[in-house]
Amino acid sequence: MYERAKYLPAGDQGLVVEFGNDISPELNNKVRSFAFALDCTGIPGLAEYIPTYRSILVIYDPMVWKFESLVTRLRELEGSLASMKLPQPRIYHIPVVYGGEFGPDLPFVCRYTGLTEEEVVEIHTTTKYLIYMLGFTPGFPYLGGMDDKIAAPRLDTPRTSIPAGSVGIAGRQTGIYPVESPGGWRIIGCTPIKLFQPFNKRPVLFNAGDYIRFFEVTPGEYRRIARAVEKGEYPVKVEDYIGGVG
Amino acid sequence: MALLRIIKPGLLTTIQDRGRFHYQKWGVPVAGAMDEYALRVGNILVGNHENEGALEITLFGPEIEFLAPGLVAITGADLGARLNDLDCALWRSFRVRKGDILQFTGLRSGCRAYLAVAGGFKIPEIMGSKSTYLRGSIGGMDGRALREGDELENEIQVNNINLTVREAPPAYRYKPANSQVVRVILGPQHDAFTQEGIMTFLDSEYKVAPESDRMGCRLDGPAIRHKNGADIISDGIAMGSIQVPGNGKPIIMLADRQTTGGYAKIATVITPDLWKIAQAKPGDSLRFTKVTLEQAHKIYRQYENNIRILAAKFNGANGTRPE
Repeated sequence: MYERAKYLPAGDQGLVVEFGNDISPELNNKVRSFAFALDCTGIPGLAEYIPTYRSILVIYDPMVWKFESLVTRLRELEGSLASMKLPQPRIYHIPVVYGGEFGPDLPFVCRYTGLTEEEVVEIHTTTKYLIYMLGFTPGFPYLGGMDDKIAAPRLDTPRTSIPAGSVGIAGRQTGIYPVESPGGWRIIGCTPIKLFQPFNKRPVLFNAGDYIRFFEVTPGEYRRIARAVEKGEYPVKVEDYIGGVG
Repeated sequence: MALLRIIKPGLLTTIQDRGRFHYQKWGVPVAGAMDEYALRVGNILVGNHENEGALEITLFGPEIEFLAPGLVAITGADLGARLNDLDCALWRSFRVRKGDILQFTGLRSGCRAYLAVAGGFKIPEIMGSKSTYLRGSIGGMDGRALREGDELENEIQVNNINLTVREAPPAYRYKPANSQVVRVILGPQHDAFTQEGIMTFLDSEYKVAPESDRMGCRLDGPAIRHKNGADIISDGIAMGSIQVPGNGKPIIMLADRQTTGGYAKIATVITPDLWKIAQAKPGDSLRFTKVTLEQAHKIYRQYENNIRILAAKFNGANGTRPE
């Protein structure tokens, strides 16, 4: 983490506030604090912002702001972060059916790691994964914290289509595909939960800075939950994460 | 009642406004017009709000039958537009009547034309925008490009009799060319490149590759060298960001760009020059020249003020003032 953030121009309307150059929960929490401070302060002439692992891209209106004046204003905000009281991070409990037709690569992950299917599922469901950022496709969570014991390389040739809800492993990362898309991750399971619902008031389920924990369901439970999700009658279990980075 | 029907859809015709803002923090791409200048001027010429949705027409345009009278304008590329077999003027609104046929007969210059209609298009807003995001299948006409038989209605019923024909003064009409000089601001990761790499970028001619699309303009030309590899920790991508993957060939990130990415970005195209990228077709060439952020902001304010002056010129009395 840098002593003071770097303020870098990204074109005539973009400003990157960079807090460091590594991936860590502490650094990411600084990004989250800054984003929260922007939300609370409501600085005029800012269109939107994109928080990521270690920086935040702020889109501003050059008819309102000169670069230097905006940097000065944002440095003030940066200075006030220490006294900022962040809301408690939350944990989303996400049902996943592992293996079989839902997780065609689970046998590969077992062969690669030397673990049984039960052991891989046990390890995958024990961890609380920090959502570092959302990007790539609408609602795609970049998750941190996966146990190296179940790490497995990407497919040599990516699949042209992976169903929405697929849960995969790529190297030391795990994640969920929110929409059908091509991809090279090893698919170990699938969730019936919809991560991206464009017609909802709140189109994306997760927020950066919150956590995900997976729990195993049977194919029968998957189908029941999927039907409830279709009707808008499945509330994802969410709880405050006491002891999370907050 | 519908305003128009698509007889032939053309290569890629979509509905776009200025884009879907405020959702990038959740990974939702902006989409929107590739050439926001042509979109905004087109809307002004038919008396619309600048952010109204219009048809973005790519290279080979559609054939359209009008089912009701209206006032329309075509801006951007010259794709050979003809109304009932007579050439249409660009950058100027004109009236259409029930039964008129608008055809795009062939590419003359540029890549993307915009057809704006007085009263806009009746298209549901998704996350605050009418823009079509093809990969996500959202916005516009059911999240897809227009097809044969699609009918579009006006958003607002306008009294066409009261609308005057408007013409953008010559200074407002650009001329797409096969080779362009594009102004950029270096950064945010120009430090990731060797001095020689930055010189290669600024001194070379790059050709637009055929794989270019609404997501990115891919360029062929001399490879740009990184200091220690192309990968960075994924961060936010602005409109016009130029990322350079490991092969050294730059990609200009455009309307349908992903919100975040893991390649170093050498520079960003200034907003007033984005039309040059939107109008560049495969085989066209681009050169890059750097400006300071201060210069870029001066150019930006001039650009934005010019659009405001144009809007004010026509909107003195809500577009109903006779000329």
